[in-house]
Amino acid sequence: MKARVFVTLKNGVLDPQGKAIEGALRSLDIDGVASVRQGKVFDIELAVAGKESAEAALKAACEKLLANTVVENYRIELL
Amino acid sequence: MKAAVVLFPGSNREGDVARALRQAGASTSIVWHGDHELPAGTDLVVLPGGFSYGDYLRCGAIAGRAHIMDGVRAHAARGGLVLGICNGFQILVESGLLPGVLMRNRDLRFVCKMQHLRVERNDTAFTRAYAKNQAIRVAIAHGEGNYEADEATIERLEAEGRVAFRYCDAQGKVGGSANPNGSTNDIAGIYSETFNVLGLMPHPENLIDPLVGGVDGAPMFESLVQTGRAA
Repeated sequence: MKARVFVTLKNGVLDPQGKAIEGALRSLDIDGVASVRQGKVFDIELAVAGKESAEAALKAACEKLLANTVVENYRIELL
Repeated sequence: MKAAVVLFPGSNREGDVARALRQAGASTSIVWHGDHELPAGTDLVVLPGGFSYGDYLRCGAIAGRAHIMDGVRAHAARGGLVLGICNGFQILVESGLLPGVLMRNRDLRFVCKMQHLRVERNDTAFTRAYAKNQAIRVAIAHGEGNYEADEATIERLEAEGRVAFRYCDAQGKVGGSANPNGSTNDIAGIYSETFNVLGLMPHPENLIDPLVGGVDGAPMFESLVQTGRAA
């Protein structure tokens, strides 16, 4: 089973990297970009059977390591 | 005073801090991160600066979950002293031993320079050899030193007097252009609730010898050794 985990900064957390990318996009004259927030994507292959145990493993992975829940949110997608 | 310096893959200031500790009179050993326990009789654990695990994922994130950190957490819970410097501070916040998070510097640049700090209090195990409000000159070298926490946490840190050091200028004036990284309330270092854990971004261990630019870092290690004697 494959999964994709998205880790993004919570609203209100300053994201200087996203700001810099936003500025770079503007300088490339790309129209219509209002703002950019940078996050992370993890593609994970799971060696478990069953949706429930996969979700439990991914949740534990996010809570324990992949996301710093002080400033980040995570979202899990089973593919 | 028996000190243990934890070596992670990518730590690079362990030699500097071990030297500072020995110079102050502490017996010091280097401990591998994969060990499960600290050496018996450890009074002080130091998490040194560097780039543990290449700063992969988030600075300090992987080191914060190393086996030895269970030992460090147990040591801290018993009231044992823990000092995290630079990447060590990042590891302390990632491991939950200190609140908040260290974000990218405001200007997105790695800053490497001399920096003054104001010693906020001198009644802790780490600062008794300083004067209160003394402006000390130490080195900083970090890309992620911008201390952030939610409003309630900042209020609590301030109310409980848990800010250890603030960025200041040579005259001791805090903040403004003296803040090198955008850190909330000019925070350079914080204590745990019980003041036995200190995390700070600057490097006192690099200012212990007049030959290399100053000795303002030495009193921190002398404070720790004095605390060990008094205990």
